[in-house]
Amino acid sequence: MITLAELCIHACAEAFRTDREIIATGIGPVPRLGAGLAKLTHSPGLMMTDGEAYLVEQPVPLGPRSTAPKAAGHLPFSRFFDAAVWSGRRHAIVTPTQIDRFGQTNLSCLGGDHARPRTQMLGVRGFPGNSIHHRNSLFVPAHGTRTFVAGEVDMVSSAGYNPARRLPGGHYGDIDLHRIITNLCVMDFGGPDHAVRLVSLHPGVSVDDVQAATGFPVLVEGQVPETALPDADALAIIQSLDPHNFRGSVIQGNPPVGREA
Amino acid sequence: MTAMLDKRLSAAEIVSRLQDGMTIGIGGWGPRRKPMALVREILRSGLKDLTIVSYGGADVGMLCAAGRVKKLVFAFVSLDAIPLEAWFRKVREAGAIEVMELDEGMLQWGLKAAAFRLPFLPTRVGLGTDVVPLAGLKTVQSPYADGEVLVAMPALRLDAALLHVNRCDWRGNVQLLGPDLYYDEWFARAADATYVSTEVLVDRMEDHFPGDAAANLFERSFVQGVAHLPGGAHPSSLPPLHGPDMAWFKAYSDAARDPGDWAAVAERFVGATEADYMAGIGGPEAVAAVPLAIY
Repeated sequence: MITLAELCIHACAEAFRTDREIIATGIGPVPRLGAGLAKLTHSPGLMMTDGEAYLVEQPVPLGPRSTAPKAAGHLPFSRFFDAAVWSGRRHAIVTPTQIDRFGQTNLSCLGGDHARPRTQMLGVRGFPGNSIHHRNSLFVPAHGTRTFVAGEVDMVSSAGYNPARRLPGGHYGDIDLHRIITNLCVMDFGGPDHAVRLVSLHPGVSVDDVQAATGFPVLVEGQVPETALPDADALAIIQSLDPHNFRGSVIQGNPPVGREA
Repeated sequence: MTAMLDKRLSAAEIVSRLQDGMTIGIGGWGPRRKPMALVREILRSGLKDLTIVSYGGADVGMLCAAGRVKKLVFAFVSLDAIPLEAWFRKVREAGAIEVMELDEGMLQWGLKAAAFRLPFLPTRVGLGTDVVPLAGLKTVQSPYADGEVLVAMPALRLDAALLHVNRCDWRGNVQLLGPDLYYDEWFARAADATYVSTEVLVDRMEDHFPGDAAANLFERSFVQGVAHLPGGAHPSSLPPLHGPDMAWFKAYSDAARDPGDWAAVAERFVGATEADYMAGIGGPEAVAAVPLAIY
């Protein structure tokens, strides 16, 4: 049995696919396992940390482990902007609280106004710098209209493709929103003017399911393929990187692939 | 023979050199490498109306909860495994503090501008986001042929910086160990005065740890005072010595909901004196025994 979380890990790994030597950052179990799976299969050039400060060539399994990670290099936060972010040598897959049609995201606060938000969250963290400097993808474990909002996100924490937000003379050419992986589907920004477009549907999910769960129109071109399933080798790698099954707690109910959404 | 520089101070003497309304930078990152004993000493003092610049953790949460903060300059406030800092949220949702919300990279860029005594440093970071208008940031145009329009990140000049280090000598020669030292050196260089608390205090660094001189992250000219406060990072981590005390952070976070009143729990989380606080958590030996975090 393949779980929906494992399918999403596999889809994150596909999003990370590259022949470049860049830092792959997956925030949360599914994107992180996706980065490890990509590195151990089709994208050996990918680089990643032990989750703290050292670069490792063998992705570090999640949770308690009997052997210490073996450091091959060093990439502390104190060097991160120089070496990975501002130099464009990174691809991050992150999970914001809100996403809009322009690919703008919010991690900072909800409702009210900025002086007194209804709900304070993390703050913008590194999202402004990530979005203006390197490739980013998004993972959403519960695809719905609370995440994929109808208007703009409440506090624009990362730059997207909104022409109204662009200053004349500013450099926006490195904004590179790549994939959106959710519990329903895979999308990208491949429509006209970077409109969000359906790339593949997970087994058992319809176009209508996706549209109903998204607060803005999703472009559908022709027959939409089914999202590829991980093979036995990929599943074995995922298991080796997540022996405690953190992935089982990411999507509500940890459903198998193919159950009606 | 000239007298040796001696910058030793008590925590209370350090805090007595701070004033209401100052801009104070706090080193470390989230629940890591925070000068918490010095933060506790501020909480025991009457210091108020502070502007705090921090990669925020419980340092920010406690100072905000206690009403000492007028303005916060931040990119996040988090306790890692407890992602949202409960006391900070409470204060923000009450609209009780001013904020300058920045990207993580912009924050260190502002410290670097201050360190280099520049009014600003240019960056693309912030373009296309709400950070620029909300923080009141201006743009600048490249005078070269490219003519690019960039965000002018203003210098974050600090009246004082507070750091916790692994080792220091009487003269302020520091050694910072551990896999990641975050932006501590830039807090030190951006400040008019830097005060460090230290795990290990020696008279002359060269007589004790000469082989580790590469761990001297910033020079003693940037250090104006040193206090010997073993366990002073608790409840935050101080690798390689110890990890973050997540049980402590859990109790602290829960208290933001119940009783939800800082005055009712301040003595528990700050202690009437540092000796009381240390006794309550089992002393520096117990702090040193907190296991390192698994990321």
